[in-house]
Amino acid sequence: MDQNEIKRLEEKAREIRIKTIDVIGNLGVGHIGGCMSVIEVLTLLHYKTMDTDPKNPNKEVRDKLVLSKGHAGPALYCILADRGFFPEDWLYTLNVGGTRLPSHCDMKRTPGIDMTTGSLGQGLSAAVGLALGGRINNLDRHVFAVIGDGESQEGQNWEAAMTAAHYNLDNLIAFTDYNKMQIDGYTKDIMSLDSIESKWTGFNWHTLRVDGHDMAAIDDAVERAKAVKGRPSMIILDTIKGKGCSFAEGVLSNHNMVYSREQADEAIRLLKGEA
Amino acid sequence: MADTRDLREVYKDTLCTLAEEDKKICIVEADLMNATGTPGFKSRFPERAFDVGVAEANMVGVASGLAAAGMIPFAASFGCFAARRAYDQFFLSGNYSGLKVKLVGTDPGVSAIYNGGTHMPFEDIAMMRAVPGLTILEPCDRRSLEELIRQAAYLEGSVYIRLHRKGGLSLYDENTSFEIGKGVVVREGTDLTIIAAGLVLMEEAVKAVEILEQKGISAALIDMHTIKPLDNDLVLEYAGKTGAVLTCENGQAAGGLGGAVAELLCDTKPVPLSRLGVKDEFGQVGTLDYLKEAYGFTAENIVKEAENLVKRK
Ligand SMILES: Cc1ncc(C[n+]2csc(CCOP(=O)(O)OP(=O)(O)O)c2C)c(N)n1
Ligand SMILES: [Mg+2]
Repeated sequence: MDQNEIKRLEEKAREIRIKTIDVIGNLGVGHIGGCMSVIEVLTLLHYKTMDTDPKNPNKEVRDKLVLSKGHAGPALYCILADRGFFPEDWLYTLNVGGTRLPSHCDMKRTPGIDMTTGSLGQGLSAAVGLALGGRINNLDRHVFAVIGDGESQEGQNWEAAMTAAHYNLDNLIAFTDYNKMQIDGYTKDIMSLDSIESKWTGFNWHTLRVDGHDMAAIDDAVERAKAVKGRPSMIILDTIKGKGCSFAEGVLSNHNMVYSREQADEAIRLLKGEA
Repeated sequence: MADTRDLREVYKDTLCTLAEEDKKICIVEADLMNATGTPGFKSRFPERAFDVGVAEANMVGVASGLAAAGMIPFAASFGCFAARRAYDQFFLSGNYSGLKVKLVGTDPGVSAIYNGGTHMPFEDIAMMRAVPGLTILEPCDRRSLEELIRQAAYLEGSVYIRLHRKGGLSLYDENTSFEIGKGVVVREGTDLTIIAAGLVLMEEAVKAVEILEQKGISAALIDMHTIKPLDNDLVLEYAGKTGAVLTCENGQAAGGLGGAVAELLCDTKPVPLSRLGVKDEFGQVGTLDYLKEAYGFTAENIVKEAENLVKRK
């Protein structure tokens, strides 16, 4: 990726971060922490890596994304609206009765959502199925999945991990949002995942680890993963829960936060560099 | 001073009191300790509080092992996950094995609000009713919750407790006693009997009986805090006395409290019956008020159902 491309994506990530803070702030409560930590990876996937068409969200040959940590839905909705999958004003109906944008990703309600998630631990299995289906049908496309680190405690992930390696699913590229936090505290204190890389290599996955807020580094990892044959890839993203959102970053209780319009505006001002 | 505690606080306080008296009492959680309201238990009894992370099946399996080791485990998660993600573990490692596992499902029905359809357990009662010998509780009142948790701890068998986390009612005076399997008559009446379970519907039912009174309809109201085993004697007594029964619940009526009452009445002495609850639908997001309106969980709708029901007598 050249410098201009990196700049473009970083700028887009900043816009999406701002939008997400604004949209959740409009309601006054939401999963801000886990949205902020995946902004870079979702931005890269949707504005560079993936082949998708907002005008034809269900076209058969396309890349697919399973946001298994479904509570980060609002971040993805901001991207989907910006890309034209649905009108921008839908964003401000987040969680309002009758909305098409619920807290957790819902493929029946939202154009551009490839899999319903929200019950943690189910998404990777679904991604395996999508990857198998794509291969059977000779569709030269990738399936991407994003799981949380707390979510990785669900045993189903490891069942899916075994299946993906067994079936040599090199069209499956997964990410772990390794933000080191879950609801009840720091992941290392609740249920340690150490050592996370050796777990995935132990399951025979091609495993990479990069700074999850470094656009160029994530892109490089994705390109390397695409080049691997015969094995699924896991890209572990070292991230910060609440990243870039002044009132949330580094705060242990940032999972599902209540915040005011003033807090949202202040965080947005800082991101815009208006001080 | 009036007791204004949230039901989850009552739950935590009761477990702390029990744990003070009995070293066997312990808790197992799955990264929702903050939601269940048990961090206070953990700080007082750190060696008896286990958080297994986001892993409900594991949580119930571990609780079953603790029970086999002679402990009295209370395991908790959102009701959707406690029931659906750990059903086989609860069924087999817990119930089939004859172990005493106390499983708590929080955020029942529409109280899951912004977590939406993926998190909104409408089916847990129906699922749990199919587990042989299991006791199912859904208290809405603070004193009854405290007393029923105490009894649940020492019950010979497993228990599923549907726990509304926030808010709570104080319906009863000091002299009211509570017993697992015995419904409580909140109010006498002659024209029909409303049988409600859980905070959402009981709050509305209390209002509904007042409105009905003004309309000249006398409704008895029963707090059916135990859905299984159902208090057959009480249901039959009031069905006989009032000649019509309306069940109200925050979940699927088919298979739920409504299903239990329908089975009993059909098996014995049918009377006109209406079952207010979710009708074969999934959940969705919204505020509590929006969802109550959407599924008909309002005093107005209870009144309407009651009026239609008495016409069928
Ligand atoms: C099966 C299941 N159990 C519990 C929950 C409730 N829950 C939502 S998010 C979360 C914590 C997830 O932690 P992590 O995966 O690290 O998410 P992040 O830090 O990225 O927000 C929990 C327990 C859920 N959604 N699904
Ligand atoms: Mg995390």
